[in-house]
Amino acid sequence: MDLQTLTYLIVGATFALYIGIAIWARASTTGEFYVAGKGIHPVANGMATAADWMSAASFISMAGLIAFKGYDASVYLMGWTGGYVLLALLLAPYLRKFGKFTVPEFIGDRYYSQTARIVAVICLIVISITYVIGQMKGVGVAFGRFLEVDFEVGVMVGMTIVFIYAVLGGMKGITYTQIAQYVVLIFAYTVPAIFISLQLTGNPLPQLGLGSTVNDGSGMSMLAKLDSVLVDIGFAEYTAQKGTTLNMVLLTLSLMIGTAGLPHVIVRFFTVPKVKDARASAGWALVFIAILYTTAPAVGGMAIYNMIKTVQPGEVGSENLKYAERPDWFKNWEKTGLLKYEDKNGDGMIQYYNDKNKEYASKADSMGWKGNEMVKIDRDIMVLANPEIAKLPNWVIALVAAGGLAAALSTAAGLLLAIASAISHDLLKGIFRPDISEKQELMAGRIAMGGAILVAGYLGMNPPGFAAQVVALAFGLAASSLFPALMMGIFSKRINNTAAIAGMLSGLTSTLVYIFVFKGWFFIPGTANLANTPDNWFMGIQPESFGAVGALINFTVAIVVSRMTTPPPEHIQHLVEDIRVPRGSGGASGH
Amino acid sequence: MQPSATAYWKANLRLLAICLSVWFVVSYVFGIILVDVLNQFQIGGYPLGFWFAQQGSIYTFVILIFVYARQMNKLDREHDVHED
Repeated sequence: MDLQTLTYLIVGATFALYIGIAIWARASTTGEFYVAGKGIHPVANGMATAADWMSAASFISMAGLIAFKGYDASVYLMGWTGGYVLLALLLAPYLRKFGKFTVPEFIGDRYYSQTARIVAVICLIVISITYVIGQMKGVGVAFGRFLEVDFEVGVMVGMTIVFIYAVLGGMKGITYTQIAQYVVLIFAYTVPAIFISLQLTGNPLPQLGLGSTVNDGSGMSMLAKLDSVLVDIGFAEYTAQKGTTLNMVLLTLSLMIGTAGLPHVIVRFFTVPKVKDARASAGWALVFIAILYTTAPAVGGMAIYNMIKTVQPGEVGSENLKYAERPDWFKNWEKTGLLKYEDKNGDGMIQYYNDKNKEYASKADSMGWKGNEMVKIDRDIMVLANPEIAKLPNWVIALVAAGGLAAALSTAAGLLLAIASAISHDLLKGIFRPDISEKQELMAGRIAMGGAILVAGYLGMNPPGFAAQVVALAFGLAASSLFPALMMGIFSKRINNTAAIAGMLSGLTSTLVYIFVFKGWFFIPGTANLANTPDNWFMGIQPESFGAVGALINFTVAIVVSRMTTPPPEHIQHLVEDIRVPRGSGGASGH
Repeated sequence: MQPSATAYWKANLRLLAICLSVWFVVSYVFGIILVDVLNQFQIGGYPLGFWFAQQGSIYTFVILIFVYARQMNKLDREHDVHED
């Protein structure tokens, strides 16, 4: 069977499965719609959380980042997993004990302030919309390349599927669908990795394969081989550190705190029956996430190795791959514009090397190379092209397409639910129309979900130019605004409404300003005050790493302000004492 | 706060401090700050510091959460604050 038919079959089968689950798991109460009736088993919730968390970025982009950054990409691996330790230890059990439906609801109640709740809603919506744009783009790319339909059609099909199960099932439908999506995506990620690891090293476990001996008779380990292959074409060693230690520490910390502060992840721990389950569930979530995250370094490393070996089959200086004889995957990705070749020295062959390395220039010159000829390699194609580069069977390639879609759709659904609940539960029921019935609120939730899907679809088709940059913004915002407010709400009885709001606003503003100064105000090109270079950065801190500093500012301001103002009222102090102990969680409700 | 609840919270904070120290050491210290020192050693074909940054820290995080959950369940019962 040809690749396209196979892809249609596999993707079609997974979509049919998701819709089947949606019809089976319809939500009939607000409790089911917002938090799946708080009846999800911790292992099942862990799996759903993993699918919710692992987005198109984890599935498609991360291994590409690792492939081109090597050791420096460790910040993403540690940052996006270490956040779960913070979540499990500092937030999840207590927020589950609190027992309400949304993150802004906790902030509003704990700080006895509608203003605090509205600030939290705004942070939540900005963070979630930013994220969802990326997912829609991922859906469009996967459809465009593998099913050869237009990008817009791809986005529309994706929107329709999410619409069916998210609007019908709410959190309940989303959770069960995410469990299925996790299975699809992890299978799609690990199967090609196992094949490639076997091909290159004979070791079926990619986690071990990356350290095993390469099958090319050199006797070198995969990583040592990668170091030497990259150095041979003028790049730095794969395992060497390129960025500064300070930025690596701060970026890892920002990603960890940001992860723990993401509302659509936190809300997943509201769905389990007990406080005990919330602790264990975070562990299970990380187990399921770790399966992908510990495979990713092998996927990235082996992908870049295979790609270089395709272009440069022999020693450097011997013949390179002729452009006329380039493989099919090369041609296919050229069509999408994500891969570009330019014959700079007119020899009809493809040279890939680091033409920015001045010390390498004379060597390149002596071989008649006139610059790097693979002028564009989009990092995102590495995972998707990987099975084709390694010449794996067609069904594996089709599976990767289904996996990419599962990753994007599961995350999009979780984000859309977070947005819909913030609108129907926090704004409508909580602030503007407290008297609406449960039935009306459920209807409002479904309408808000439908609206959010339309907005996300529109932005997915017309992505603002800054789509890629705002991911840093989302983590920075979550780290500098929500996480400190949540943590202090649990661990300090002294922080009052004024202190929390002052903290959130100062953390938020300082992070936003720092990012805008270097990246342009609201990301409008040409409005940056300073060039985004290390000399201009405050203490050498890059804008992406600033979330951790913003969080520190938030903590400091809140603590100082709280010492100058009166402590929270008695009943709030009791509330804090109450969420610190597990007993009594069963009777909690959303009202 | 009742005395038992205060003792429970103190014990929790102590456990948190231990777990977060481990969390910090495997990722920030072994994976980033001391990476060059540890890279002089090898584990399974990986330079050790690199292994902590891309594999070891993640395995430790998983174990850490389960250890914390288990210890907390024990504390809950010891201080009689567990769920029914």
